[in-house]
Amino acid sequence: MSLLLENIRKSYPEPDGGRLPVLEIERFEMARGEQLALVGASGGGKTTLLNVISGITTPDSGRVVIDDTLVSEMPEAVRDRFRAERIGFVYQTFNLLPAFTALENVLLGMSFSRGRVDRDRALELLESVGLTNRLKHRPGQLSVGEQQRVAVARALSNRPSLLLADEPTANVDLANQQTILELIRTACTTDSVALLLVTHSVDVAQQFDRVERLDEFNTPAAATATPEVSR
Amino acid sequence: MNLWVIAIKSVRQRALASVLTSLSVALGVMLMVVVLVANGMVERMFVQTATGYDLIVGPKGSQLELVLTSIYRIGVAGEPLPYRFYRELTAAKNNRIADAVPITMGDVTQEGGFPILGTTPAYFALPYMHESDGTPRRFRIRTHSLDGKHSGEGLIRNPFDAAIGAVVARHNGWDVGTKLKLVHGGSDGHVHDEEFTVSGVLEATGSPNDRTVFVHVDGFYMISGHEKPLSEAVARELEFFGNISEESQQAIEAEKSGGHSHGPVPEAQKEVTAILVNIQGDVGEQVLAESRLMSGLNEGVQAQAVKPIVQIDRMMQTLVGPIRTLLMGLTSLIIAVSGIGIFVSIYNSMADRKKEIAIMRALGARRQTVLTVILAESTLLCVVGGLGGFLLAHLLILACAPMVAGYGLVVDPWTFAWGELVLLPVLIALASLVGFVPGMTAYRTDVAQTLSD
Repeated sequence: MSLLLENIRKSYPEPDGGRLPVLEIERFEMARGEQLALVGASGGGKTTLLNVISGITTPDSGRVVIDDTLVSEMPEAVRDRFRAERIGFVYQTFNLLPAFTALENVLLGMSFSRGRVDRDRALELLESVGLTNRLKHRPGQLSVGEQQRVAVARALSNRPSLLLADEPTANVDLANQQTILELIRTACTTDSVALLLVTHSVDVAQQFDRVERLDEFNTPAAATATPEVSR
Repeated sequence: MNLWVIAIKSVRQRALASVLTSLSVALGVMLMVVVLVANGMVERMFVQTATGYDLIVGPKGSQLELVLTSIYRIGVAGEPLPYRFYRELTAAKNNRIADAVPITMGDVTQEGGFPILGTTPAYFALPYMHESDGTPRRFRIRTHSLDGKHSGEGLIRNPFDAAIGAVVARHNGWDVGTKLKLVHGGSDGHVHDEEFTVSGVLEATGSPNDRTVFVHVDGFYMISGHEKPLSEAVARELEFFGNISEESQQAIEAEKSGGHSHGPVPEAQKEVTAILVNIQGDVGEQVLAESRLMSGLNEGVQAQAVKPIVQIDRMMQTLVGPIRTLLMGLTSLIIAVSGIGIFVSIYNSMADRKKEIAIMRALGARRQTVLTVILAESTLLCVVGGLGGFLLAHLLILACAPMVAGYGLVVDPWTFAWGELVLLPVLIALASLVGFVPGMTAYRTDVAQTLSD
């Protein structure tokens, strides 16, 4: 099993001293290499869920298991290292470092794992996303579509077993949306990487064999989210 | 990609702010290095030069003034001692004097106003200073002119020979064979008629000798008006010794009979400004002999013997020491202000960089890693600025060396002061200090919150 969530609870403090529950998930799982589209309402806890899975945020209770490793119980520094080595992340806003070139952004992705910084691998990845002639360009010199391709290459740089993609096509023009999506899916298929992709788009979601609605398995007691699924 | 590369990227991203903050560190370090080197030069100039002679014997008065006049050629010489005193001192038994060289001063050169020192050839046989390990440094003399047309007979062997220091030669364009005249000391500015000929040019010594013209003491007193009038000289001799010598007696009789000598000036009419003395024997014997000579002379009312190194040490401690401390304090303050500049620069950039730090953390960078990146940045700014400061300081010294050489100081721009070695660890400590607070901001970055903003 690639991902298993059990009895996850996560809430945030509120100004009045109470707590706002965001996640209450009894059980959620993904098989190795499985590709899943997750749809849900704005403010429904999708980003929090991705942060809990990646270990950026710790749950109040419950277990996060990735590749049979209990991530939620790890000390923070070990969890950081685990995230660097086993989880790839593609963001809606790309989150590339502006001072670094395309190649350096990919190399940066390898810098925090125990493995060596593999320049050949980075070049290979950038070639696979069609950016061979953009290696030395900084993010500001790239189109949004190109920036997201760099982000995809970076997310795959450490050969992760799980790729988390948070609205990866939302900021990309229509012409590039499908290209980016196919790039991600093909790369995950080739390397048997499990893909959990959050999207608002029905067009995107319906391309996946498995589509989950967050509000169907996440039932926080006081959740007041507005359903929002658009084409 | 290691952390230094990440830090360098970040520094380059804020190039203008980085250059300015590093420049402020560079200027602070430059000032400090210049102070350290200048202090080393002053110390070397004063302390090492004072190691040339064990004792200086001169007239009663300020001990420091005697040292400054006779070795550093600074100030005006006091009432001189009769030449007979010098002769009797060297002739005395059991005082363990190895060398005693008379010097007499007062005139300056017509060109450049360099001091004239009347002495004997023995002056050049003695070391003019000792290295800190005790190695003596001796004079080296060129006796042929650069164009090969003139040659001297060695040093001041004839009464109207002159040997000149390296700075005098360079400043006045003088060489072996050059004729020169002296200007009488005091306010009248009278130029003496007698002409001296340069018989040798000293190689640079890094001491006041470079700015001095040496003439034979006999020649010095053969200059019209330099010899003391006989009646005054005899009165002084009588006052000083309580009697007059046989030679003085003969000179009085010769004057009474209307005779006039064209030979050397009688001893009674010659005087010496000071006597440079070296004591023989091992260290213990030297200390004892110096002590005896000093107490013997200093108990009297006419002459004194002083140890130059003691006087100069005292002067350095009381005068130069506090100035050095003040300058070091000020330059330390400049470096501290530069450090605050680096702190402000990095701290202000943290608001813009929170996102970058959150991205690195999301990619798996540990809290300690981002803290280290910030510390590496401040270290880079401090160390690059510091190294730039070292380089600027030594280039400045290189540029100033010819000017300083005009004052008789030989400066090696690439000589490092010991204090400079301390600066590097101090800079790294400063970098750690100023990088710590922004580093902790990075350490505490809330990744989820920052990425969602």
